[in-house]
Amino acid sequence: MRHIISIMLENEPGALSRVAGLFSARGYNIETLTVAPTEDESLSRMTIVTTGSDDVVEQITKQLNKLVEVVKVVDLSEAAHIERELMLIKVRAMGKEREEVKRMSDIFRGRIIDVTENTYTIELTGTGAKLDAFIQALEHSAILETVRTGASGIGRGERVLKV
Amino acid sequence: MELTGAEIVVKCLEAEGVEYVFGYPGGAVLFIYDELFKQDKVKHILVRHEQGATHAADGYSRSSDKVGVALVTSGPGVTNAVTGIATAYMDSIPMVIISGQVPTHAIGLDAFQECDTVGITRPCVKHNFLVKDVKDLALTIKKAFYLARTGRPGPVLVDIPKDVTSAKCPFEYPATVTMRSYNPVVKGHPGQIKKAVQLLTEAKRPMVYTGGGVILSDASKQLTKFVKMLGFPCTNTLMGLGGYPATDPQFLGMLGMHGTYEANMAMQNCDVLLAVGARFDDRVIGNPADFAQVQRKIIHIDIDPSSISKRVKVDVPIVGNVSDVLEELSRQLEAAAYKPNQKALSAWWSQIGLWKSKDCLKYDKKSKIIKPQFVLERLYEITKGDAFVTSDVGQHQMWAAQFYKFDKPRRWINSGGLGTMGFGLPAAMGVQFANPGATVACVTGEASIQMCIQELSTCKQYRLPIKIVNLNNKYMGMVRQWQQFFHGNRYSESYMDALPDFVKLAESYGHVGIKVEEPGDVEAALKEAFKRKNDLVFLDFVTDQTENVYPMVQGGKGLTEMILAEEL
Repeated sequence: MRHIISIMLENEPGALSRVAGLFSARGYNIETLTVAPTEDESLSRMTIVTTGSDDVVEQITKQLNKLVEVVKVVDLSEAAHIERELMLIKVRAMGKEREEVKRMSDIFRGRIIDVTENTYTIELTGTGAKLDAFIQALEHSAILETVRTGASGIGRGERVLKV
Repeated sequence: MELTGAEIVVKCLEAEGVEYVFGYPGGAVLFIYDELFKQDKVKHILVRHEQGATHAADGYSRSSDKVGVALVTSGPGVTNAVTGIATAYMDSIPMVIISGQVPTHAIGLDAFQECDTVGITRPCVKHNFLVKDVKDLALTIKKAFYLARTGRPGPVLVDIPKDVTSAKCPFEYPATVTMRSYNPVVKGHPGQIKKAVQLLTEAKRPMVYTGGGVILSDASKQLTKFVKMLGFPCTNTLMGLGGYPATDPQFLGMLGMHGTYEANMAMQNCDVLLAVGARFDDRVIGNPADFAQVQRKIIHIDIDPSSISKRVKVDVPIVGNVSDVLEELSRQLEAAAYKPNQKALSAWWSQIGLWKSKDCLKYDKKSKIIKPQFVLERLYEITKGDAFVTSDVGQHQMWAAQFYKFDKPRRWINSGGLGTMGFGLPAAMGVQFANPGATVACVTGEASIQMCIQELSTCKQYRLPIKIVNLNNKYMGMVRQWQQFFHGNRYSESYMDALPDFVKLAESYGHVGIKVEEPGDVEAALKEAFKRKNDLVFLDFVTDQTENVYPMVQGGKGLTEMILAEEL
């Protein structure tokens, strides 16, 4: 099962490696990991997408809570939540393909943020599945480069992760 | 007044009430050593290898209720200490390790004796710090002691670059510390405790299984009182020995891979299991799938939520400090005017009596060659069961656990989780420092003792009258046992050839050595050794080379599938 785990942790050097080290030492999966400081600069917010059985995910959240620099942990996938990922994708756009790529980008509500004679760079946000779908929709050989941030997640409505 | 970082380190140790620091000097810690030289409140104990420093600090902590402290230099000083840190981490022992680091401006430049200490030790500490500014030093050391001793205890490392130890700032040791990200639970949830009491009062075939958590939270009084009230059978893990008095009739002995027949059978066949400060380790319950085949209700008390439902699903988890939770359980049991179900209990006890009659620890008492079990039985009698016993790892460790009946906590000092050979002797040094005047025995084997043999020199320097009980079978006995059982008697590299003459070796360090070759001489040699109150005595017992530890649960097998002595 895919889980999306949100972590509030002290914004200190080495905190990221403690989390990453925990996952590798205990053999947990990390599909994506994103982290950045919050409005309170002493805190970072991290989102980890992982897969595992319920027992494994229970252990993951317990082990994360045990890390001294971790302030709060929540499994967002336990309730309604929103997740978004940003992708920058550079594609070949020449001749008759050029119009086709533009149209595809519009359908997926992408934005072309850099243009050359032969390429477009497209910015796209959405769930991971949507970004996957966009990549599928493009001709594979046209893709020059993809950069994805990994998912960021937040609970819906009144559900707030705060210290 | 401004103090240097090195002065601050020593002042902080003093403020924490640290009596002994076990360490070894080197370039990066010279300023700290200079400050240690100038005062006499914090005493430094010079070991012969940094592994010895960490094990000694560890033994000091295990045999008292204090935080052990080790001081090592950068680079190889730290890497040598890693085994000792990992040993303490696996057994949740409160320790603070102070390590030197190259100056801040040299970090990352492959400087002489530089290593990424925080990176190397990260997976084997409760937490670690790199102090880059002398202004953070006092608070960091305060945090280190606080983290080490609270919650589930563990080793905490503070890495201090050399320039931080010479830089100055005003000093004030913080009286308290709070961390928003660290709030260990103490009291158990009242609703859960109520459920636990309910289950216990309804139990027909109850069992109490306790581990190192009882020792660490100094809960043996509460445990004993509670188990006595219940009238239930009780077993201890290797780490939990002494948590419940071993000579009490309700005690079934140690359980697990080399546990007693009755303890393992009762563990598997009970209907309500109370687990206290124990973690259902692979050496304790065998194969978890096999363990789960029997329907039983499990109550699990542990201070660490991640220990709960890690290997075995439990019905009533209680997160909290073991001694607090046990106290509350006793209170509620008294309030409920509990009366045990005598009929069911006596049927259960007679079943246990049948299992006990297997006499699973029997061995050949008429042997013409010294049996290791015989040595340990005599050791127990001659020390009147009141010694502090440290051990290394292997057969001798299991025999000591089986044959020395610990009635008090913090008397049995061994590396249970990591299984570190070389632990016994340096740990015994720490024990002797924490308990001056007490009888300290180190039960070991000829393979283990050689891993930290250099500490005989430390023992001489500080006049530590430890009694080393070396069970010398010229084999890495436990390796040999596994090779006999599971690898077709192919004793690959488990034979110890070219052994030193341990008597001469002890003598060359300035100690007393006694070699014992006949069963008839065992008692006299032990008596002679323990009479020498001021000498370290190295007793080299030439024991049966082929003796095995029984009972044995094979790795991956169920708890009740024990190999017993008579079956071979």
